[in-house]
Amino acid sequence: MSAVMITRKVRKWEKLPGKNTFCCDGRVMMARQKGIFYLTLFLIVGTCSLFFAFECPYLAVHLSPAIPVFAVLLFLFVMAMLLRTSFSDPGVLPRALPEEANFIEMEIEAANGNVPSGQRPPPRIRNVQINNQIVKLKYCYTCKIFRPPRASHCSICDNCVDRFDHHCPWVGNCVGKRNYRYFYLFTLTLSLLTIYIFAFNIVHVVMRSVDQGFLSTLKETPGTVLEVLVCFFTLWSMVGLTGFHTYLISLNQTTNEDIKGSWSGKNRGQNPYSHMNIIKNCCEVLCGPTYPSVLDRRGLMQEDSPAAANSGGPCSFDNPGAQTAKTTAPLIPNEETPDDVKPSIAAEKSSAPKDDPPPAAKLPPLASPETDADTSIAKNQ
Amino acid sequence: MQHTASLVTKVFIQRDYSEGTVCRFQTKFPTELDNRIERALLEQTVKTLNSYYVEAEKVGGQSYLEGCLACATAYIVFLCMETRYEKVLKKISGYIQEQNEKIYAPRGLLLTDPIERGMRLEISVFEDRGSSGSSPSSSMSSCGTAR
Repeated sequence: MSAVMITRKVRKWEKLPGKNTFCCDGRVMMARQKGIFYLTLFLIVGTCSLFFAFECPYLAVHLSPAIPVFAVLLFLFVMAMLLRTSFSDPGVLPRALPEEANFIEMEIEAANGNVPSGQRPPPRIRNVQINNQIVKLKYCYTCKIFRPPRASHCSICDNCVDRFDHHCPWVGNCVGKRNYRYFYLFTLTLSLLTIYIFAFNIVHVVMRSVDQGFLSTLKETPGTVLEVLVCFFTLWSMVGLTGFHTYLISLNQTTNEDIKGSWSGKNRGQNPYSHMNIIKNCCEVLCGPTYPSVLDRRGLMQEDSPAAANSGGPCSFDNPGAQTAKTTAPLIPNEETPDDVKPSIAAEKSSAPKDDPPPAAKLPPLASPETDADTSIAKNQ
Repeated sequence: MQHTASLVTKVFIQRDYSEGTVCRFQTKFPTELDNRIERALLEQTVKTLNSYYVEAEKVGGQSYLEGCLACATAYIVFLCMETRYEKVLKKISGYIQEQNEKIYAPRGLLLTDPIERGMRLEISVFEDRGSSGSSPSSSMSSCGTAR
């Protein structure tokens, strides 16, 4: 007796593998841990509120009303950049669907030839030549693709990200190809805002102390002390970070490449992505094209769920890598949708209520880093 | 006349990274499509797609203008405006649809827009029930094509 299948439409973000959180029906995409992001928000909004409450009324009257106006504009810009960095897709590369994973496995096996039994197969690396430099493309065992150059797998978000820079807990998201410029502008404008608030705090305290005395100033505007403390510590880290990223942009390097030392040192060669011109590098990174997301989080897809109650939710038969989406009906008239997937899923569900591996049984035994020669040697060392 | 086909296999055209990280596909002809389509046709399709992506990712006057204008408005303008890349993507989508209708569907093939596969080019190979040629053996076909 086969289970009755109910097909319902879900948004694709609900079925995306990886450890991301989605909000607003897929419009917002963040990492799972958001605690430090809330702290960032609290610090920025809190400090600016104190500034607007304590300093701005005095400065607007005694100096110029342009001061709070500019502060508001700067604050809004900082918030816009922060939210844009935190909420956007950093450039996540979707995992390979079973057919593609299979295709790549077959290509790898063909390239490796016959491996004598007992010996581990060679590590999965493809060499490409970019700008007279050999770049190694590594295979990602989680996403089952050969990563494009400059892409890296983020273990916190469990995704491969294009032009991966780093995972930033302060913004609660990865920083990659699509949101790097917003991240840089965030650090730059936050540094400016911090310097601005710090400077005008000092100006305000000095001006008021001349009239009233230092201690009574502090008593009247207690927020000043807090602001100065927060700004002082934030300033050094933000200015340092902005300087570091300005250096990286001028060389067209990512934090990831810098940490790994991919392009530094004599033996490593030159950065093949750099235009050897600081202005050109800056223009490419900051004013280059705005890449669209390849994730299609809000697209609709069909999902088959059983009407029977015994199997655990609709995804109980999923392995994290596979998607249950049927391919859309091709344009060829009177074509059936590819139904090699349907009967195997239905058969699995009706025959075994336990979690069985899905059509992956058809794939060759999936390799893991442990079965590769070099990676296991590297681990043991 | 009823005409049905089932999916035999999927062939993936690999990315060509020789020019860097720009989106570009190799024009190397996959052997699985040897008796399904003429080499020149597929090569032409891939070359045209490559030229579209070059146009989309070009770093030049227009992209600078777009970038600076967007930055000045804190990128809010992107909520109402379509970026150049998105405009080119629409052109690509139209081109792929046209190619599918004219060239690939009559040969039992289907191109999938790379944007739907993470910028990887997928060609689905269907087997014509009406075709007399031998189908390439594949581990993917589980559906019976018995007549």
